[in-house]
Amino acid sequence: MTREQDLIARVQHGQNELFYELVQPYERRVFAAALAILRNENDAEDVAQEAMLKAFANIRQFRAEARFSTWLIQITVNEALMRRRRERTVVMEGIDDRRDEESDYAPRDFADWREIPSEALERKEVRQKLGEALATLDRKYREVFVLRDMEQLNIQETAKALGISVASVKTRLLRARLMLRDLLAAGWQQGWFSRLPFQKGSKPW
Amino acid sequence: MVVDCEQVWHEISTYLEGDIDPALRSAMEEHFRTCKQCASVLEGTRNVIRLYGDERMIEVPAGFGRRLEKRLVQSARVTTSRWSSLSAWLVPVAALALFAGGLHVANSLTVGPELKSEHAQPGRGIPPDMLVVVTADAKVFHVAGCGVIHNKETERTLTAKEAMQQGYVPCLRCMREYLHTAAVGHIALESEADVGVDADEEDLHNSGR
Repeated sequence: MTREQDLIARVQHGQNELFYELVQPYERRVFAAALAILRNENDAEDVAQEAMLKAFANIRQFRAEARFSTWLIQITVNEALMRRRRERTVVMEGIDDRRDEESDYAPRDFADWREIPSEALERKEVRQKLGEALATLDRKYREVFVLRDMEQLNIQETAKALGISVASVKTRLLRARLMLRDLLAAGWQQGWFSRLPFQKGSKPW
Repeated sequence: MVVDCEQVWHEISTYLEGDIDPALRSAMEEHFRTCKQCASVLEGTRNVIRLYGDERMIEVPAGFGRRLEKRLVQSARVTTSRWSSLSAWLVPVAALALFAGGLHVANSLTVGPELKSEHAQPGRGIPPDMLVVVTADAKVFHVAGCGVIHNKETERTLTAKEAMQQGYVPCLRCMREYLHTAAVGHIALESEADVGVDADEEDLHNSGR
């Protein structure tokens, strides 16, 4: 039995004080999931807390065959979607484009590539630029991308959490990834990664 | 099998997921070897997945963890103190009952309040804080929105624990998850004392699934 399974069992049997220890490793991911949907830090924090409380109240319903982190994220996404529906923030994001489910998106930049080392993320401005690039994506692409590639849900779990089909997840994911790739390419030209130790004349994609 | 650039872009995501037909996979690998542009798209997409998938990409506002912990602790304390005040209240009652009526009365106390329906199974493992609805003259409690709620205009909401304390039993339809066919003698009036028993039973149920 892992430490996590042990904690789950203890909380399920009334050791409430251990709940924070159980969820603490996932608190950042829970926040990020809420933020991807609500796009407002205050709302996201509030929903993250609400989701954790809900998970706490329902911990006895959690069954060991699911991943605990996935269960938490799904509760969070559900809470966030409910909040958004209730507050109709949807209006502020404009009308969602129902077309272009077809992945007719073609890459734009074919420059020579290299790997961007993950150490780049140590720099706040790099993280910020990547965050800004993500924020420019339409909602439907951003949500799928965040759940699959940042929250590490699988395709089926992402589909279930958002209430869309597996095929839609795949199409949107493809498009989100390609769009972000182009944005990173453009960012390279604007010097986002300029202080990184790349060789002269080569680009990281 | 030969693929062109557009097909490659169309499948690049599933290629990276590893969720792809082997023939298509090798055709794409062949294409990447000869097409610099598509190789660039592939590696760029890999960069995207790797960078955004990094934990460091997730930033939370300052003090986020502390505020969360505080809220959870408060909530846990509320729940705990509710339990302890309940068990504190049960002790003298049980003692009095023992004194007055002997074992028979004591047993009925541990079984819980008299059920409104004599044919019903008591629910098990129902989260005590779950909000449920009951209606006038009915014997069961429901999840809000259940299709078999009669007399809807008299609906009132309360926690599952309160409903059970008042003798309501779980609805066969919407509360199915919490109904076990094995006759189990106690209602979920959880006190510290039956936690151990509960644990064993839960294990049995889980291993049986």
